[in-house]
Amino acid sequence: MALRLPSLAPADPNEVLRPVKPWFVALTLAVALLGNLLPLEGGALALRPDFLALTLLYWCIQAPRYVGVGVAWSMGLLMDVGDGTLFGQHALAYTLLAYGAEYFRRRVLRFPLWQQAVQVAALLAICAALVLFVRVFGGAPMPRLTYFAPVLVGALLWPALSVLLQLPQRPVRSAASL
Amino acid sequence: MASHLPVEPPAFFHRGPSPAARLVFFGLISIALLFLDARYKYLENVRQVVAVVLAPVQRAAALPGAAIAGVSDYFASKRALVAENEALRQRLADTGAKAQGALTAAQENERLRALLDIRSRSEAAAIAVAVLYTGRDAFQQKLVVDKGRDEGVVAGAAVVDADGIVGQVTRTYPQMSEVTLLTDKDHVIPVRFERNGVRAVMAGAGAGRAPELRFMPPSADVRVGDMLVTSGLDGTYPQGLAVARVATVERDTGQMFARITVTPVGGVDRSGELLVLGRAGELPPRPEEPAEAEPLRKIGRGKAARGG
Repeated sequence: MALRLPSLAPADPNEVLRPVKPWFVALTLAVALLGNLLPLEGGALALRPDFLALTLLYWCIQAPRYVGVGVAWSMGLLMDVGDGTLFGQHALAYTLLAYGAEYFRRRVLRFPLWQQAVQVAALLAICAALVLFVRVFGGAPMPRLTYFAPVLVGALLWPALSVLLQLPQRPVRSAASL
Repeated sequence: MASHLPVEPPAFFHRGPSPAARLVFFGLISIALLFLDARYKYLENVRQVVAVVLAPVQRAAALPGAAIAGVSDYFASKRALVAENEALRQRLADTGAKAQGALTAAQENERLRALLDIRSRSEAAAIAVAVLYTGRDAFQQKLVVDKGRDEGVVAGAAVVDADGIVGQVTRTYPQMSEVTLLTDKDHVIPVRFERNGVRAVMAGAGAGRAPELRFMPPSADVRVGDMLVTSGLDGTYPQGLAVARVATVERDTGQMFARITVTPVGGVDRSGELLVLGRAGELPPRPEEPAEAEPLRKIGRGKAARGG
């Protein structure tokens, strides 16, 4: 029986997906963490989206049984150590992100991907603004406006990331069923 | 709706606290952590433990970059290598001649110091390190270098490149260390004008802004282009290392202090190979300050410069 790979187009909203595998969630989170820790410099660093935030957001929406506020918070702690930032900075941002996802998840999937991306941008921007507020309140200097560049890049990546993370859940159709 | 088959049990089967409760719970913990970490340094142990968990991932993340660097090194053109070799030879010859003179001077200095019974400056060992990556926190100016506690790097040590001071080690892990750059807002370094010996305090101002000299009266003898070297006053930095040149001087007699910005001479934002200097010997403890001198403490605002 010849198997076909699932198509790369986003899933039809009415399509029934297979359950998410916990190991896949864990793997993607680990890969996203790796992406965040890549030793980039200069322009690439300024533009690098927060892969971990995007992946967390995706799983908070798609698999709230496995990924929620608690997981997001602990991944945030890991990022705080990895980046050498103040303890709790990423943790706070990811906690808020996970809550936002919880709040959004019932409606965000009804939208086409590019409209989802707009909402994702809003969520990411709120988190970035929160971190900015906490740090500047704590005496850090105001960063340049490029501070918000990763928010935009992240939102632009959202459609691609959604399709990619959805692949293993798409039902694999045999040739016979078509 | 693109959902999964077994979604959730109905609302009356509650699983744990509600998302809002969790948000409040974890949010408050995060804010408490932020406060504890910013105000006090209680969390270094926790950080070290998490760092152990994270170390393999960090090492894996460094692999692609190292591979790319290796490949580009391999294909570097021969002409470029020859040119670089030439430049390095030239530099070696230059510094070699200077080092000869310095050696004699150092010996003479040591003899004179012994005669005068002055505490001799300790000759500290230096550790060569390479920059792993620049810090990713938009609010701080930091570097991460590839050697840590296991190789003898200690927090508080000065970090220099071939041209001058770059910063200071502020946190060590077993295999790597964090270096706070001169340009970081919380970094303060005691300096001295090479021309006239006037002491000053240089404070970083954050990304993209020139560091400045704090608390200099408008009448101070400062000229654009003056060289600043470390004064070695607090025992953190060895004496006489090049730090910065004066870039602008604004004197406004209406103001209490002149506004003096400087440009670091070390490759704060470009050097890839650095040297971690050993601590310059412990100084005798600071005498008790009288109570009315309290406001003056603000001068040493950066905890980093005190040698953490």
